[in-house]
Amino acid sequence: MTDPILTVHDLSITFPDRNGELHALDTVSFTIQPREFVCVLGPSGSGKSTLLRILASLLKPTSGSFSFTGGEPKIGMVFQQSNLMPWRTALENITLPLEIQGFPADVAHARAQELIDLVGLQGFESSWPRDLSGGMAQRVAIARALIHDPDILLLDEPFGSLDALTRERMWTELSHIWQRRQKTVLMVTHSISESLFLADRVLVLTQRPGRIKLDLGVDLPRPRADEMRYTAHFGKLARQLKEAIG
Amino acid sequence: MNWKLLLNPTRTPRRSPHWTAYASMAAALLGWWLISHFAGLPAFILPAPEQVAARFWKALVDGSLLLHTTATLTEVLLGLLAGTVAAVTLGYAIAKSRLFEQLVSPYLVATQAIPIVAIAPLLVIWFGPGIFSKVLICALIVFFPVLVNTVVGMRAVPRSLHDLMHSLRATRWQILHMLEIPASLPVLLGGLRIGATLSVIGAVVGELVGSDRGLGFLVNVGRGQYDTALVFVAVFTLIALALALYGLVSFLERKLLIWQETFER
Repeated sequence: MTDPILTVHDLSITFPDRNGELHALDTVSFTIQPREFVCVLGPSGSGKSTLLRILASLLKPTSGSFSFTGGEPKIGMVFQQSNLMPWRTALENITLPLEIQGFPADVAHARAQELIDLVGLQGFESSWPRDLSGGMAQRVAIARALIHDPDILLLDEPFGSLDALTRERMWTELSHIWQRRQKTVLMVTHSISESLFLADRVLVLTQRPGRIKLDLGVDLPRPRADEMRYTAHFGKLARQLKEAIG
Repeated sequence: MNWKLLLNPTRTPRRSPHWTAYASMAAALLGWWLISHFAGLPAFILPAPEQVAARFWKALVDGSLLLHTTATLTEVLLGLLAGTVAAVTLGYAIAKSRLFEQLVSPYLVATQAIPIVAIAPLLVIWFGPGIFSKVLICALIVFFPVLVNTVVGMRAVPRSLHDLMHSLRATRWQILHMLEIPASLPVLLGGLRIGATLSVIGAVVGELVGSDRGLGFLVNVGRGQYDTALVFVAVFTLIALALALYGLVSFLERKLLIWQETFER
Protein backbone atom coordinates (compact mmCIF):
# COMPACT_ATOMS: atom_id res chain seq x y z
CA MET A 1 0.00 0.00 0.00
CA THR A 2 1.21 3.48 -0.86
CA ASP A 3 0.75 6.55 1.30
CA PRO A 4 -2.83 7.75 1.44
CA ILE A 5 -3.60 11.02 -0.32
CA LEU A 6 -6.23 11.90 2.27
CA THR A 7 -6.35 10.99 5.94
CA VAL A 8 -9.47 11.81 7.94
CA HIS A 9 -9.19 11.44 11.67
CA ASP A 10 -12.07 11.48 14.18
CA LEU A 11 -14.01 14.16 12.36
CA SER A 12 -17.08 15.43 14.23
CA ILE A 13 -19.32 18.40 13.62
CA THR A 14 -22.31 19.81 15.44
CA PHE A 15 -24.47 22.69 14.27
CA PRO A 16 -26.33 25.03 16.58
CA ASP A 17 -30.03 24.29 16.26
CA ARG A 18 -33.35 25.57 17.59
CA ASN A 19 -33.55 22.72 20.09
CA GLY A 20 -29.93 22.80 21.14
CA GLU A 21 -27.44 21.10 18.86
CA LEU A 22 -27.54 19.09 15.70
CA HIS A 23 -24.91 16.39 15.71
CA ALA A 24 -24.17 15.82 12.02
CA LEU A 25 -20.97 13.77 11.99
CA ASP A 26 -19.48 11.67 14.75
CA THR A 27 -15.82 10.62 14.87
CA VAL A 28 -15.51 9.77 11.19
CA SER A 29 -12.13 8.31 10.23
CA PHE A 30 -10.89 6.88 6.93
CA THR A 31 -8.10 7.19 4.38
CA ILE A 32 -8.11 7.39 0.62
CA GLN A 33 -5.35 6.11 -1.63
CA PRO A 34 -4.19 8.03 -4.69
CA ARG A 35 -6.37 7.34 -7.74
CA GLU A 36 -8.95 5.56 -5.64
CA PHE A 37 -12.66 6.05 -6.36
CA VAL A 38 -14.52 6.12 -3.06
CA CYS A 39 -18.25 6.52 -2.61
CA VAL A 40 -19.85 7.72 0.59
CA LEU A 41 -23.26 6.14 0.82
CA GLY A 42 -25.91 6.99 3.34
CA PRO A 43 -29.53 7.93 3.91
CA SER A 44 -30.45 11.58 3.55
CA GLY A 45 -29.52 13.51 6.64
CA SER A 46 -26.52 11.32 7.39
CA GLY A 47 -24.11 14.23 6.95
CA LYS A 48 -22.62 13.04 3.64
CA SER A 49 -22.66 16.46 2.06
CA THR A 50 -21.40 17.99 5.28
CA LEU A 51 -18.40 15.69 5.12
CA LEU A 52 -17.65 16.87 1.59
CA ARG A 53 -18.06 20.51 2.56
CA ILE A 54 -15.60 20.05 5.42
CA LEU A 55 -13.02 18.47 3.10
CA ALA A 56 -13.45 21.37 0.67
CA SER A 57 -12.80 23.76 3.58
CA LEU A 58 -16.25 25.27 3.23
CA LEU A 59 -17.03 24.24 6.81
CA LYS A 60 -14.90 23.90 9.90
CA PRO A 61 -15.24 20.64 11.87
CA THR A 62 -16.06 20.89 15.57
CA SER A 63 -13.34 18.40 16.37
CA GLY A 64 -11.03 16.00 14.60
CA SER A 65 -8.82 16.69 11.62
CA PHE A 66 -8.07 15.80 8.04
CA SER A 67 -4.96 16.22 5.98
CA PHE A 68 -3.98 15.89 2.36
CA THR A 69 -0.55 14.61 1.45
CA GLY A 70 1.47 17.49 0.10
CA GLY A 71 -0.34 20.28 1.90
CA GLU A 72 -3.21 22.34 0.62
CA PRO A 73 -4.84 20.37 -2.21
CA LYS A 74 -6.38 21.63 -5.41
CA ILE A 75 -10.02 20.64 -5.31
CA GLY A 76 -12.43 19.96 -8.12
CA MET A 77 -15.99 20.01 -6.93
CA VAL A 78 -19.21 18.97 -8.65
CA PHE A 79 -22.47 19.85 -6.99
CA GLN A 80 -25.95 18.38 -7.03
CA GLN A 81 -27.07 21.09 -9.43
CA SER A 82 -24.67 21.91 -12.23
CA ASN A 83 -24.02 25.26 -10.56
CA LEU A 84 -22.87 26.99 -13.74
CA MET A 85 -22.58 30.74 -14.02
CA PRO A 86 -25.45 31.71 -16.33
CA TRP A 87 -23.53 34.71 -17.71
CA ARG A 88 -20.71 32.53 -18.97
CA THR A 89 -20.83 30.27 -21.99
CA ALA A 90 -20.13 26.55 -21.56
CA LEU A 91 -16.47 27.08 -22.46
CA GLU A 92 -16.10 30.11 -20.20
CA ASN A 93 -17.60 28.15 -17.32
CA ILE A 94 -14.99 25.46 -17.83
CA THR A 95 -12.09 27.92 -17.85
CA LEU A 96 -13.16 29.53 -14.54
CA PRO A 97 -10.78 27.60 -12.24
CA LEU A 98 -7.82 28.45 -14.46
CA GLU A 99 -8.79 32.12 -14.53
CA ILE A 100 -8.85 32.09 -10.74
CA GLN A 101 -5.36 30.61 -10.75
CA GLY A 102 -4.21 33.30 -13.14
CA PHE A 103 -3.53 31.24 -16.26
CA PRO A 104 -3.37 33.16 -19.55
CA ALA A 105 -6.58 33.01 -21.55
CA ASP A 106 -5.15 31.07 -24.51
CA VAL A 107 -3.85 28.26 -22.28
CA ALA A 108 -7.17 28.12 -20.46
CA HIS A 109 -9.07 27.95 -23.75
CA ALA A 110 -6.89 25.21 -25.18
CA ARG A 111 -7.32 23.09 -22.06
CA ALA A 112 -11.06 23.74 -21.94
CA GLN A 113 -11.32 22.64 -25.55
CA GLU A 114 -9.64 19.33 -24.68
CA LEU A 115 -12.16 18.80 -21.90
CA ILE A 116 -15.05 19.72 -24.16
CA ASP A 117 -13.89 16.84 -26.35
CA LEU A 118 -13.47 14.56 -23.33
CA VAL A 119 -17.01 15.10 -22.08
CA GLY A 120 -18.44 15.05 -25.60
CA LEU A 121 -19.77 18.59 -25.87
CA GLN A 122 -18.22 19.55 -29.21
CA GLY A 123 -20.31 22.25 -30.83
CA PHE A 124 -21.71 23.59 -27.56
CA GLU A 125 -18.67 25.69 -26.57
CA SER A 126 -20.48 28.99 -26.93
CA SER A 127 -23.90 27.87 -25.67
CA TRP A 128 -25.38 29.63 -22.66
CA PRO A 129 -26.17 27.38 -19.68
CA ARG A 130 -29.91 28.07 -20.09
CA ASP A 131 -29.73 26.31 -23.46
CA LEU A 132 -28.10 23.14 -22.09
CA SER A 133 -30.01 20.07 -20.92
CA GLY A 134 -29.47 18.79 -17.38
CA GLY A 135 -27.04 16.11 -18.53
CA MET A 136 -25.06 18.51 -20.72
CA ALA A 137 -24.85 21.08 -17.92
CA GLN A 138 -23.55 18.44 -15.54
CA ARG A 139 -20.92 17.46 -18.11
CA VAL A 140 -19.78 21.07 -18.24
CA ALA A 141 -19.59 21.00 -14.43
CA ILE A 142 -17.43 17.85 -14.56
CA ALA A 143 -15.14 19.43 -17.15
CA ARG A 144 -14.86 22.52 -14.97
CA ALA A 145 -13.92 20.36 -11.98
CA LEU A 146 -11.16 18.69 -13.98
CA ILE A 147 -9.52 21.60 -15.79
CA HIS A 148 -7.11 22.75 -13.09
CA ASP A 149 -5.83 19.20 -12.65
CA PRO A 150 -7.11 18.84 -9.07
CA ASP A 151 -5.58 16.49 -6.52
CA ILE A 152 -9.01 15.23 -5.59
CA LEU A 153 -12.49 15.37 -7.06
CA LEU A 154 -15.31 15.89 -4.59
CA LEU A 155 -18.64 14.97 -6.12
CA ASP A 156 -21.80 15.77 -4.19
CA GLU A 157 -24.58 13.62 -5.67
CA PRO A 158 -23.68 14.99 -9.09
CA PHE A 159 -26.33 13.00 -10.93
CA GLY A 160 -29.08 13.33 -8.35
CA SER A 161 -31.05 15.83 -10.40
CA LEU A 162 -30.88 13.88 -13.67
CA ASP A 163 -33.44 11.46 -15.03
CA ALA A 164 -32.68 7.75 -14.67
CA LEU A 165 -31.55 7.16 -18.27
CA THR A 166 -29.25 10.16 -18.39
CA ARG A 167 -27.89 9.25 -14.98
CA GLU A 168 -26.82 5.77 -16.06
CA ARG A 169 -25.21 7.14 -19.20
CA MET A 170 -23.29 9.59 -17.02
CA TRP A 171 -22.01 6.72 -14.83
CA THR A 172 -20.36 5.14 -17.83
CA GLU A 173 -18.92 8.46 -18.93
CA LEU A 174 -17.63 9.29 -15.48
CA SER A 175 -15.87 5.95 -15.10
CA HIS A 176 -14.27 6.46 -18.55
CA ILE A 177 -13.07 9.90 -17.51
CA TRP A 178 -11.82 8.57 -14.20
CA GLN A 179 -9.85 5.80 -15.91
CA ARG A 180 -8.34 8.16 -18.44
CA ARG A 181 -7.49 10.97 -16.04
CA GLN A 182 -6.37 8.82 -13.10
CA LYS A 183 -8.01 11.01 -10.48
CA THR A 184 -8.74 10.43 -6.84
CA VAL A 185 -12.48 10.71 -6.39
CA LEU A 186 -14.68 11.03 -3.33
CA MET A 187 -18.32 10.90 -4.30
CA VAL A 188 -21.39 11.25 -2.15
CA THR A 189 -24.49 9.35 -3.21
CA HIS A 190 -27.58 7.68 -1.85
CA SER A 191 -27.83 5.19 -4.68
CA ILE A 192 -26.48 1.69 -4.06
CA SER A 193 -26.18 0.81 -7.73
CA GLU A 194 -24.44 4.10 -8.48
CA SER A 195 -21.81 3.38 -5.82
CA LEU A 196 -21.31 -0.21 -7.01
CA PHE A 197 -21.07 0.86 -10.62
CA LEU A 198 -18.38 3.45 -9.95
CA ALA A 199 -16.46 2.89 -6.75
CA ASP A 200 -13.43 0.89 -5.61
CA ARG A 201 -14.67 1.28 -2.07
CA VAL A 202 -17.92 2.26 -0.47
CA LEU A 203 -18.17 3.91 2.95
CA VAL A 204 -21.61 3.60 4.50
CA LEU A 205 -22.67 6.36 6.88
CA THR A 206 -25.35 5.82 9.52
CA GLN A 207 -28.34 8.03 10.17
CA ARG A 208 -27.48 11.24 12.07
CA PRO A 209 -25.05 11.57 13.71
CA GLY A 210 -23.19 10.09 10.75
CA ARG A 211 -20.70 7.39 11.64
CA ILE A 212 -18.93 5.00 9.33
CA LYS A 213 -20.76 1.73 9.61
CA LEU A 214 -19.20 -0.23 6.79
CA ASP A 215 -16.09 0.12 4.64
CA LEU A 216 -16.66 -2.21 1.71
CA GLY A 217 -14.20 -2.94 -1.08
CA VAL A 218 -15.88 -3.33 -4.47
CA ASP A 219 -13.97 -5.97 -6.37
CA LEU A 220 -16.13 -5.99 -9.49
CA PRO A 221 -14.01 -6.08 -12.65
CA ARG A 222 -13.66 -2.96 -14.79
CA PRO A 223 -14.84 -1.69 -17.15
CA ARG A 224 -18.19 -2.28 -15.53
CA ALA A 225 -21.05 -2.77 -17.90
CA ASP A 226 -24.76 -2.71 -17.40
CA GLU A 227 -25.07 -6.53 -17.41
CA MET A 228 -22.84 -6.71 -14.35
CA ARG A 229 -25.82 -5.62 -12.32
CA TYR A 230 -27.49 -8.97 -12.87
CA THR A 231 -24.57 -11.03 -11.56
CA ALA A 232 -24.71 -12.82 -8.23
CA HIS A 233 -21.67 -10.98 -6.90
CA PHE A 234 -23.23 -7.59 -7.56
CA GLY A 235 -26.35 -8.77 -5.79
CA LYS A 236 -24.35 -9.88 -2.80
CA LEU A 237 -22.52 -6.56 -2.48
CA ALA A 238 -25.77 -4.66 -2.94
CA ARG A 239 -27.38 -6.66 -0.15
CA GLN A 240 -24.46 -5.96 2.18
CA LEU A 241 -24.79 -2.22 1.52
CA LYS A 242 -28.54 -2.31 1.89
CA GLU A 243 -28.28 -4.04 5.25
CA ALA A 244 -25.66 -1.55 6.45
CA ILE A 245 -27.86 1.41 5.55
CA GLY A 246 -30.70 -0.30 7.40
CA MET B 1 -38.52 54.67 -31.26
CA ASN B 2 -39.67 51.31 -30.05
CA TRP B 3 -42.29 51.95 -27.41
CA LYS B 4 -42.76 48.35 -26.38
CA LEU B 5 -39.09 48.01 -25.63
CA LEU B 6 -39.10 51.13 -23.51
CA LEU B 7 -41.74 49.73 -21.24
CA ASN B 8 -40.36 46.24 -21.09
CA PRO B 9 -36.81 46.32 -22.30
CA THR B 10 -35.37 42.93 -21.43
CA ARG B 11 -38.21 40.58 -22.18
CA THR B 12 -39.79 41.76 -25.39
CA PRO B 13 -38.44 40.53 -28.70
CA ARG B 14 -37.25 43.38 -30.92
CA ARG B 15 -39.98 44.51 -33.26
CA SER B 16 -40.69 47.78 -34.99
CA PRO B 17 -43.39 49.79 -33.21
CA HIS B 18 -46.89 49.01 -34.14
CA TRP B 19 -48.71 51.50 -36.36
CA THR B 20 -51.28 51.95 -33.56
CA ALA B 21 -48.66 53.76 -31.46
CA TYR B 22 -48.17 56.32 -34.22
CA ALA B 23 -51.91 56.55 -34.86
CA SER B 24 -52.56 57.26 -31.19
CA MET B 25 -49.93 60.00 -31.10
CA ALA B 26 -51.36 61.57 -34.25
CA ALA B 27 -54.82 61.50 -32.70
CA ALA B 28 -53.57 63.22 -29.55
CA LEU B 29 -51.89 65.92 -31.63
CA LEU B 30 -55.07 66.44 -33.61
CA GLY B 31 -57.09 66.70 -30.39
CA TRP B 32 -54.69 69.30 -29.05
CA TRP B 33 -54.91 71.28 -32.31
CA LEU B 34 -58.71 71.18 -32.27
CA ILE B 35 -58.99 72.31 -28.63
CA SER B 36 -56.47 75.12 -29.03
CA HIS B 37 -58.22 76.46 -32.12
CA PHE B 38 -61.88 75.97 -31.28
CA ALA B 39 -62.18 76.07 -27.49
CA GLY B 40 -61.52 79.80 -27.38
CA LEU B 41 -58.63 79.51 -24.92
CA PRO B 42 -55.97 82.25 -24.96
CA ALA B 43 -52.45 81.21 -26.03
CA PHE B 44 -51.03 81.71 -22.53
CA ILE B 45 -53.39 78.99 -21.30
CA LEU B 46 -53.02 76.55 -24.18
CA PRO B 47 -50.76 77.36 -27.11
CA ALA B 48 -51.48 75.61 -30.41
CA PRO B 49 -49.13 72.86 -31.59
CA GLU B 50 -47.78 75.03 -34.40
CA GLN B 51 -47.07 77.86 -31.93
CA VAL B 52 -45.08 75.46 -29.75
CA ALA B 53 -43.23 74.20 -32.81
CA ALA B 54 -42.36 77.77 -33.81
CA ARG B 55 -41.17 78.55 -30.27
CA PHE B 56 -39.10 75.38 -30.32
CA TRP B 57 -37.47 76.42 -33.56
CA LYS B 58 -36.70 79.89 -32.20
CA ALA B 59 -35.14 78.53 -29.00
CA LEU B 60 -33.14 76.08 -31.04
CA VAL B 61 -31.82 78.70 -33.44
CA ASP B 62 -30.86 81.27 -30.79
CA GLY B 63 -28.99 78.55 -28.90
CA SER B 64 -30.89 78.94 -25.63
CA LEU B 65 -32.50 75.49 -25.80
CA LEU B 66 -29.16 73.80 -26.29
CA LEU B 67 -27.61 75.80 -23.44
CA HIS B 68 -30.34 74.88 -20.98
CA THR B 69 -30.59 71.28 -22.09
CA THR B 70 -26.84 70.85 -21.68
CA ALA B 71 -27.02 72.38 -18.20
CA THR B 72 -29.79 70.01 -17.12
CA LEU B 73 -28.16 66.98 -18.74
CA THR B 74 -24.88 67.72 -16.96
CA GLU B 75 -26.63 67.89 -13.58
CA VAL B 76 -28.60 64.74 -14.32
CA LEU B 77 -25.57 62.71 -15.36
CA LEU B 78 -23.29 63.92 -12.56
CA GLY B 79 -26.05 63.34 -10.00
CA LEU B 80 -26.76 59.90 -11.41
CA LEU B 81 -23.08 59.02 -11.27
CA ALA B 82 -22.56 60.32 -7.73
CA GLY B 83 -25.76 58.76 -6.41
CA THR B 84 -25.04 55.42 -8.05
CA VAL B 85 -21.45 55.22 -6.82
CA ALA B 86 -22.51 56.08 -3.26
CA ALA B 87 -25.48 53.70 -3.34
CA VAL B 88 -23.56 50.76 -4.78
CA THR B 89 -20.73 51.17 -2.28
CA LEU B 90 -23.05 51.47 0.70
CA GLY B 91 -25.36 48.76 -0.65
CA TYR B 92 -22.46 46.35 -0.96
CA ALA B 93 -21.44 47.01 2.66
CA ILE B 94 -25.02 46.53 3.82
CA ALA B 95 -25.41 43.28 1.91
CA LYS B 96 -22.17 41.96 3.38
CA SER B 97 -22.64 42.94 7.03
CA ARG B 98 -25.78 42.52 9.11
CA LEU B 99 -24.28 44.72 11.81
CA PHE B 100 -23.67 47.56 9.37
CA GLU B 101 -27.19 47.16 8.04
CA GLN B 102 -28.64 47.47 11.53
CA LEU B 103 -26.49 50.54 12.18
CA VAL B 104 -27.42 52.52 9.07
CA SER B 105 -30.86 51.30 8.05
CA PRO B 106 -32.84 53.54 10.49
CA TYR B 107 -31.17 56.60 8.93
CA LEU B 108 -31.71 55.36 5.42
CA VAL B 109 -35.39 54.78 6.03
CA ALA B 110 -35.67 58.18 7.70
CA THR B 111 -34.11 59.94 4.72
CA GLN B 112 -36.68 58.28 2.53
CA ALA B 113 -39.45 59.77 4.64
CA ILE B 114 -38.24 63.31 3.79
CA PRO B 115 -39.80 64.50 0.52
CA ILE B 116 -36.96 65.74 -1.66
CA VAL B 117 -39.13 68.61 -2.90
CA ALA B 118 -39.34 69.90 0.68
CA ILE B 119 -35.61 69.95 1.33
CA ALA B 120 -34.56 71.14 -2.11
CA PRO B 121 -34.90 74.83 -1.05
CA LEU B 122 -32.73 74.10 1.96
CA LEU B 123 -30.02 72.56 -0.20
CA VAL B 124 -30.10 75.54 -2.56
CA ILE B 125 -29.77 77.91 0.43
CA TRP B 126 -26.84 75.94 1.76
CA PHE B 127 -24.99 75.17 -1.43
CA GLY B 128 -25.99 78.09 -3.64
CA PRO B 129 -27.92 78.31 -6.90
CA GLY B 130 -25.06 76.78 -8.93
CA ILE B 131 -24.69 73.30 -10.32
CA PHE B 132 -23.57 71.67 -7.06
CA SER B 133 -26.92 71.88 -5.27
CA LYS B 134 -28.67 70.34 -8.32
CA VAL B 135 -26.20 67.48 -8.55
CA LEU B 136 -26.72 66.85 -4.86
CA ILE B 137 -30.50 66.74 -5.25
CA CYS B 138 -30.19 64.34 -8.20
CA ALA B 139 -27.78 62.14 -6.25
CA LEU B 140 -30.11 62.02 -3.25
CA ILE B 141 -33.13 61.08 -5.32
CA VAL B 142 -31.18 58.41 -7.24
CA PHE B 143 -29.56 57.02 -4.12
CA PHE B 144 -32.31 54.98 -2.53
CA PRO B 145 -33.65 52.89 -5.42
CA VAL B 146 -30.12 52.03 -6.53
CA LEU B 147 -29.17 51.16 -2.95
CA VAL B 148 -32.14 48.85 -2.50
CA ASN B 149 -31.46 47.13 -5.80
CA THR B 150 -27.79 46.70 -4.94
CA VAL B 151 -28.65 45.02 -1.65
CA VAL B 152 -31.28 42.80 -3.27
CA GLY B 153 -28.93 41.89 -6.12
CA MET B 154 -25.98 41.06 -3.86
CA ARG B 155 -28.14 39.01 -1.52
CA ALA B 156 -29.55 37.06 -4.44
CA VAL B 157 -26.17 35.64 -5.44
CA PRO B 158 -26.64 31.87 -5.00
CA ARG B 159 -24.80 30.39 -2.04
CA SER B 160 -23.80 27.40 -4.16
CA LEU B 161 -21.81 29.69 -6.46
CA HIS B 162 -20.09 31.20 -3.43
CA ASP B 163 -19.24 27.63 -2.40
CA LEU B 164 -17.80 26.98 -5.84
CA MET B 165 -15.60 30.07 -5.68
CA HIS B 166 -14.41 29.21 -2.17
CA SER B 167 -13.64 25.62 -3.14
CA LEU B 168 -11.42 27.07 -5.89
CA ARG B 169 -9.70 29.32 -3.34
CA ALA B 170 -10.82 32.49 -5.09
CA THR B 171 -9.74 35.77 -3.52
CA ARG B 172 -12.18 38.40 -2.21
CA TRP B 173 -11.54 40.49 -5.30
CA GLN B 174 -12.09 37.55 -7.67
CA ILE B 175 -15.36 36.73 -5.95
CA LEU B 176 -16.43 40.35 -6.39
CA HIS B 177 -15.68 40.71 -10.08
CA MET B 178 -16.22 37.14 -11.27
CA LEU B 179 -19.31 36.36 -9.24
CA GLU B 180 -21.00 39.13 -7.29
CA ILE B 181 -20.97 41.88 -9.91
CA PRO B 182 -22.14 39.79 -12.88
CA ALA B 183 -24.71 37.96 -10.74
CA SER B 184 -26.27 41.14 -9.41
CA LEU B 185 -25.98 43.12 -12.65
CA PRO B 186 -29.58 42.52 -13.81
CA VAL B 187 -31.04 43.90 -10.59
CA LEU B 188 -28.44 46.67 -10.45
CA LEU B 189 -29.26 47.86 -13.97
CA GLY B 190 -32.93 47.76 -13.07
CA GLY B 191 -32.15 50.20 -10.27
CA LEU B 192 -30.14 52.38 -12.62
CA ARG B 193 -33.05 52.49 -15.05
CA ILE B 194 -35.33 53.86 -12.32
CA GLY B 195 -32.56 56.17 -11.09
CA ALA B 196 -32.01 57.69 -14.54
CA THR B 197 -35.58 59.00 -14.80
CA LEU B 198 -35.62 60.09 -11.16
CA SER B 199 -32.44 62.05 -11.72
CA VAL B 200 -34.20 64.18 -14.36
CA ILE B 201 -36.92 64.96 -11.83
CA GLY B 202 -34.30 65.90 -9.24
CA ALA B 203 -32.57 68.31 -11.61
CA VAL B 204 -35.81 70.06 -12.52
CA VAL B 205 -36.87 70.37 -8.87
CA GLY B 206 -33.53 71.98 -8.03
CA GLU B 207 -33.72 74.35 -11.00
CA LEU B 208 -37.26 75.41 -10.17
CA VAL B 209 -36.18 76.30 -6.65
CA GLY B 210 -33.34 78.50 -7.76
CA SER B 211 -30.97 78.64 -10.70
CA ASP B 212 -30.04 80.70 -13.73
CA ARG B 213 -30.00 77.93 -16.28
CA GLY B 214 -31.48 74.55 -17.10
CA LEU B 215 -34.83 73.36 -18.44
CA GLY B 216 -36.48 73.88 -15.04
CA PHE B 217 -35.26 77.47 -15.15
CA LEU B 218 -36.71 77.75 -18.67
CA VAL B 219 -40.09 76.62 -17.33
CA ASN B 220 -39.90 79.38 -14.72
CA VAL B 221 -38.98 81.97 -17.34
CA GLY B 222 -41.79 80.91 -19.64
CA ARG B 223 -44.29 81.02 -16.79
CA GLY B 224 -43.13 84.47 -15.66
CA GLN B 225 -43.41 85.94 -19.14
CA TYR B 226 -46.73 84.27 -19.99
CA ASP B 227 -44.74 82.50 -22.72
CA THR B 228 -46.60 79.22 -22.23
CA ALA B 229 -45.29 77.87 -25.53
CA LEU B 230 -41.81 78.04 -24.02
CA VAL B 231 -43.04 76.04 -21.00
CA PHE B 232 -44.30 73.41 -23.43
CA VAL B 233 -40.96 73.37 -25.24
CA ALA B 234 -39.11 72.84 -21.97
CA VAL B 235 -41.50 70.10 -20.85
CA PHE B 236 -41.25 68.22 -24.13
CA THR B 237 -37.47 68.48 -24.06
CA LEU B 238 -37.48 67.07 -20.54
CA ILE B 239 -39.63 64.16 -21.67
CA ALA B 240 -37.24 63.48 -24.53
CA LEU B 241 -34.29 63.66 -22.16
CA ALA B 242 -35.80 61.19 -19.69
CA LEU B 243 -36.76 58.81 -22.49
CA ALA B 244 -33.29 58.98 -23.99
CA LEU B 245 -31.66 58.14 -20.65
CA TYR B 246 -34.11 55.33 -20.05
CA GLY B 247 -33.44 54.02 -23.53
CA LEU B 248 -29.70 54.21 -22.94
CA VAL B 249 -29.91 52.08 -19.79
CA SER B 250 -32.23 49.64 -21.57
CA PHE B 251 -29.71 49.42 -24.38
CA LEU B 252 -26.97 48.69 -21.84
CA GLU B 253 -29.14 45.99 -20.31
CA ARG B 254 -29.67 44.30 -23.65
CA LYS B 255 -25.96 44.39 -24.43
CA LEU B 256 -24.74 43.25 -21.01
CA LEU B 257 -27.45 40.75 -20.19
CA ILE B 258 -27.52 38.93 -23.50
CA TRP B 259 -27.11 35.67 -21.57
CA GLN B 260 -30.50 35.93 -19.93
CA GLU B 261 -32.51 36.99 -22.93
CA THR B 262 -35.41 34.65 -23.49
CA PHE B 263 -36.00 33.67 -27.06
CA GLU B 264 -39.25 32.37 -28.35
CA ARG B 265 -38.62 28.94 -29.72
